[in-house]
Amino acid sequence: MTAVTTLTRPEGHARAATRRPFGIAPTAVLVLGAIYTLFPVGWVVVAATKSKAELFSTPTFAPGTGLLSNLTDLFAYRDGVFWLWLLNTVVYAGGGAVLSTAVSTISGYTLAKYAFPGRDLIFNLLIGGILVPSVVLAIPQYLLFSEIGLADTYWAVLLPQILHPYGIYLARIYTQAAIPGSLLEAGRLDGAGEWRLFRQVALPMLTPGMVTIFLFQFVAIWNNFLLPFIMLGDDHKFPLTVGLYTLLAAGANQPSLYNLIITGTMLSLVPLIALFLTMQRYWRTDLSGGAVKS
Amino acid sequence: MPERVSRPRAVPYVFLAPAIVLFVLFMAVPIGYTAYLSVRRTKVSGLGLGRGARKEIFAGLDNYAAAIGDGELWAGWLRVIGYGALVLAVMLGFALLFALMLDTKHVHLARFTRISIFLPYAVPGVAATLMWGFLYLPSLSPFGDRPFLSAGAVTFSMANVAVWGGTGFNMLVLYTTLRAVPRDYYEAARIDGAGELQIALKIKIPMLIPAIILTGVFSVIATIQVFTEPTTLRPLTNTISSTWSPLMKIYRDAFVTGDLYSAAATSMVIAAISLVLSFGFLRVVKNRAFGET
Repeated sequence: MTAVTTLTRPEGHARAATRRPFGIAPTAVLVLGAIYTLFPVGWVVVAATKSKAELFSTPTFAPGTGLLSNLTDLFAYRDGVFWLWLLNTVVYAGGGAVLSTAVSTISGYTLAKYAFPGRDLIFNLLIGGILVPSVVLAIPQYLLFSEIGLADTYWAVLLPQILHPYGIYLARIYTQAAIPGSLLEAGRLDGAGEWRLFRQVALPMLTPGMVTIFLFQFVAIWNNFLLPFIMLGDDHKFPLTVGLYTLLAAGANQPSLYNLIITGTMLSLVPLIALFLTMQRYWRTDLSGGAVKS
Repeated sequence: MPERVSRPRAVPYVFLAPAIVLFVLFMAVPIGYTAYLSVRRTKVSGLGLGRGARKEIFAGLDNYAAAIGDGELWAGWLRVIGYGALVLAVMLGFALLFALMLDTKHVHLARFTRISIFLPYAVPGVAATLMWGFLYLPSLSPFGDRPFLSAGAVTFSMANVAVWGGTGFNMLVLYTTLRAVPRDYYEAARIDGAGELQIALKIKIPMLIPAIILTGVFSVIATIQVFTEPTTLRPLTNTISSTWSPLMKIYRDAFVTGDLYSAAATSMVIAAISLVLSFGFLRVVKNRAFGET
């Protein structure tokens, strides 16, 4: 730790620095940061309550009286297609994240706990996927799905998002940190098969890590725009991101549609923010080390 | 799964089979197909009408030459480099500042501010762009008539959306790394007379360098591929062309003008640039995380 050794020679003026040289400054900086991040979210929540007339006339943060009519309008829009977008998003993100977590967990576990020829190669290939730009994949994926008649189906959005390099990376780190090799050895001596060891010994210990992987992938799929944008043509299969985009593309020149877009945006935030706040303790980002505390 | 799968030699491959199959189907094959398309082109004979008038033939590196000689693509690269440099500097700067502030003693509202600043991570890029996009519109903006979406300002306005969306995640990565540093280091430094500022500059920031490199490289890869924000903002302004970023040009080539081959070649160029940038980072970080099993 070179950084520490350089500090073993105290410099003359160092004493002058007090223990609390910044006073209220750190808090102030963080509060300013929080105001900046909450500002547009607060705005969209307030704006969604305004009627068409109020949106352009009342002060920015003055609540309006149009929330109910905005919601009614949104749900009436093209026979309630917004509901369908919401439902589709839940299917894509929920289904994709469950499958992705399963594949990531068993892959990360295997890469962490077995020594076998080709392990490093397989790991590097799987992790290397993080570096491949999404468009390099999305366009040929679309063409290949078209070949087999699966473009513009739920599968076209679901299947390509199961393999999740970052999830495999996390699962490997969690396994290294959470499961002692001796425990598996003891299980083997007791005659447990490898699948049973994974199911009954490893999985329960990996559950907190799996929730983290699930959340990351759920958010990634929920927020994805490029893949469904390329894959889907039928707006009954759109997720919210593509749906909101088409809503904007249709309504950007018609200020009378702004209420609809704003209300839709507000509603698209609610499920994720709720998930985000209730699952606080699982949002771990120890990218570079095995510092997993449960 | 068969009964006698528990032969140790086959087990790891069986367990990895789903990932390997997915990798082959949704990574290797599409990449190979892109590489294949990138050296093909359509040959039109006669008037290009009727069956067999359009044939796909080998084109060598023509598509690459065209991609490298394409002025609009270069202009896109320049726009994205300017935008990316801005996003990276501001976003990582703020992320570092917030992480260091969270890690100081006697900070108030730490939990509330940490969660608030991380919150945009849960907001889809499309929704973030829509919210800011409306806030930029003179008819709705609380900031008055400022021309946020003019040709001169639109890059900054878009960078703001990316900074807003990305700072919290990077802050949390850096903050988590800081929390893992044993507190003794700071005590030792304090006994030696170091102030908080010196501790931050001489212990914390050097400790954070690998994490900063890591977040930096991920951010570079993300900004090279910027697509969602400019595409979503486009309906609100005429200052963003359909080829504003290289990725948007690929999309247009592939799906609007129908020139798959040049889209494939441009994709390969973007992939190559991302890979070159990423390899440096892999060398720095890989052994650090997986030195031992």
